[in-house]
Amino acid sequence: MVLSPQDKTNVKGVFSKICGHAEDYGAETLERMFTTYPQTKTYFPHYDLGKGSAQVKAHGKKVAAALIEAANNIDDIAGALSKLSDLHAQKLRVDPVNFKLLGQCFLVVVACHNPSILTPEVHASLDKFLCAVGTVLTAKYR
Amino acid sequence: MVHWSAEEKQLIASVWGKVSVEECGAEALARLLIVYPWTQRFFSNFGNLSSPTAILGNPKVQAHGKKVLTSFGEAVKNLDNIKGTFSQLSELHCDKLHVDPENFRLLGDILIIVLASHFGRDFTPACQFAWQKLVGVVAHALAHRYH
Repeated sequence: MVLSPQDKTNVKGVFSKICGHAEDYGAETLERMFTTYPQTKTYFPHYDLGKGSAQVKAHGKKVAAALIEAANNIDDIAGALSKLSDLHAQKLRVDPVNFKLLGQCFLVVVACHNPSILTPEVHASLDKFLCAVGTVLTAKYR
Repeated sequence: MVHWSAEEKQLIASVWGKVSVEECGAEALARLLIVYPWTQRFFSNFGNLSSPTAILGNPKVQAHGKKVLTSFGEAVKNLDNIKGTFSQLSELHCDKLHVDPENFRLLGDILIIVLASHFGRDFTPACQFAWQKLVGVVAHALAHRYH
């Protein structure tokens, strides 16, 4: 899955418009993921996953920051997320299937709050970008 | 048989009651063909699918999208027997249409995004849960008669 120049423009466009809400969107993405796909909670047994959890908010902020970093370095996502990729391979070992679930929830959050941004073309680009991020984060698994 | 809580049934019905089947169906199918272009393989007789604009404006896409979502409505009306409801459609998709069931999951996810964009904040996490469960059950039912 290769990001075309137009995809990159579309993705950067999305993040420039939502960057002010990135932390909230990150937290809501996680909240939706835990609610919609309860099996994803198994990676957070040490968290309070109740509504408004400070831990989920903080983690959502981290997830959002990583996505922004990837978007800002969209020509070299593997380089930008190299340390995160190591972390996921060596320590976190989140099953690859879950990145798609997170990606779906992020798209839902963007759709809920900014339907006008998420034209079909932008939707396609963002979906590709989220796939690419997932691929990078699982690249060193084996 | 799938168990639906009273809350899930209510969330499903309340969203469905406000859905324009024609509009959402057309949009969902168009987005499927745009976001996952390999799904166009099933629609070689639909005419111009050469660009997102062409796909969105394509009358066959619109008509078929409406047909698909109308059929989906049968699941909403028969939550307690979705497998039975889609038994013949499942056979059709396997024997005649030769559609990989993965495509049902893709369309389901796209439908969720379309609903989210139409309902905004009203499409709460609980709503998303109920609807992802529903699209998953529908996809499973459509794949059930495959052999």
